[in-house]
Amino acid sequence: MSPRIAVVGAGPAGIYAADILLTQLPDAKIDLIEKLPAPYGLVRYGVAPDHPRIRKIIDALHEVVGHPSIRLRCNVEVGADITVDELRAAYDGVVIATGADRDVPFEVPGAELPGSFGAADFVAWYDGHPDVPRDWGLDAESVAVLGAGNVALDVTRILAKHATALESTDTPDPILDQLAASRVRDVHLFARRGPADVRFSALELRELGEQHDVEVIVDPAELALDAHAERMLEQFSQRRIIVRTLTEWAQRPQSGASRRIHLHFRHRPVRVRGTDRVESVEFERTASDPLGRMVGTGEFVSYDVGAVYRAIGYLSSPVPGVPFDAERGIVPNAEGRVLDGDGAPIPRLYATGWIKRGPIGLIGSTKSDAAQTVTHLVEDLAAAEAGSVESADPLAHLGAAVDRDGWLRIDEAERRAGAARGRERTKIVDRRTMLGHAHLESVKETVR
Amino acid sequence: MTYVIALPCVDVKDKACIDECPVDCIYEGERSLYIHPDECVDCGACEPVCPVEAIFYEDDLPDEWQDYYKANVEFFDEIGSPGGAAKTGMLPFDHPLISVLPPQEAHA
Repeated sequence: MSPRIAVVGAGPAGIYAADILLTQLPDAKIDLIEKLPAPYGLVRYGVAPDHPRIRKIIDALHEVVGHPSIRLRCNVEVGADITVDELRAAYDGVVIATGADRDVPFEVPGAELPGSFGAADFVAWYDGHPDVPRDWGLDAESVAVLGAGNVALDVTRILAKHATALESTDTPDPILDQLAASRVRDVHLFARRGPADVRFSALELRELGEQHDVEVIVDPAELALDAHAERMLEQFSQRRIIVRTLTEWAQRPQSGASRRIHLHFRHRPVRVRGTDRVESVEFERTASDPLGRMVGTGEFVSYDVGAVYRAIGYLSSPVPGVPFDAERGIVPNAEGRVLDGDGAPIPRLYATGWIKRGPIGLIGSTKSDAAQTVTHLVEDLAAAEAGSVESADPLAHLGAAVDRDGWLRIDEAERRAGAARGRERTKIVDRRTMLGHAHLESVKETVR
Repeated sequence: MTYVIALPCVDVKDKACIDECPVDCIYEGERSLYIHPDECVDCGACEPVCPVEAIFYEDDLPDEWQDYYKANVEFFDEIGSPGGAAKTGMLPFDHPLISVLPPQEAHA
């Protein structure tokens, strides 16, 4: 009998796992289960709208989802609509690939003030995620972004960018309208470490300098390199490129653009101040000790800002019925085999992607990660006794599920909405509207 | 704009990049790997995993390897856009720039 596998989460981690599974187990039947009405996870709801090339990863994912041995079941929440135990009873293997969609908590005084935001929420908002508030409120003229990775760059760029430059993207009008009404003039990006230690990719950093009527300002004094930084530059070509880019910006005369991005290094946030909303952020300046570790200098500076966005990391949400290491924010696992409280593997339960290894790496990293998990699943399957699994369709009762055809109807509706504006697509944000499109055919059939 | 594989890959072909590429756009020739300029989505996943630092964003190619941009583009002149390296497998040829190189010593 064909092995039956459930993959929970239809983002890149889950879809690559399904793809690799089918290369190793060509006769497997895979159910790809997704909480949202649409697949593709952070490629749809995390990649910035002005990165259409990276969004093209969706084409590769789409091709996998079209495989005849894969059944897509969106709008199904594991833990609510069906439990993990039910899945384990019905499938030969269950792969948890739910990713990370929350922000790491911001543990400084004042972090809870109105005007203090998490990047994950902001990204989900501008990417039209159905489950975040519709009204953001971009009323601050001066804004702080905290972080040193590509998400911090995305948030900085989208905050600083003129909304007109997003008109050709898939961004829905209500979001464009709010971006167009933004009062922002100055976006300050603060990294805790020095310019040779940031985690930006060189390409995405450079993009900041290519925005219409936005200039990047770098204080040359912040680019001073210590012995640790020199070592880093010697070792990593990407970091050399980053420092070279920053140096060019530091030397460039100011252009008088109407919006400015200020890049600051060696600033560690210690406090957010304000009476009933964010008014300023206080930082301690940092330095590197001889071993390259970040240390505080005891020198404090404060910047007046009306909002602060932390892009200091994503955090996975626990999946009901699956062990979770809250400290590390992952499902405890040995190379993808999920472990119980005693460190023993739980039969037929696996993890892959960010919930397995933490929210690090680019989209592609998730592919080699999935290969590792799948290899163990296939080994265990070969060793397992056959016939331990129930045979009825475990998802048959989930009438609200969106299958592949349902998703294609949403997709088609988005393309139609986009074509009317000369774009490839305009995203549909509202969950009920998405489901209305998805279930249109079945509704018609019922009426008939 | 695209990423480009340069000289350090020749006769090494570690292939760690192939495992990372989310769109399977890194193709294998006889002596080197090549990035498909139209299929690459600029995600940058390949660059940090290359053990011999052979992968560069187009703008960042060192001067002495500028020709490798052309080599990566022209390698696909004959085959066009296959839409995934898994579909073609290893291709039994190289760009002339690479086929004329003397055997490269192992770097690692």
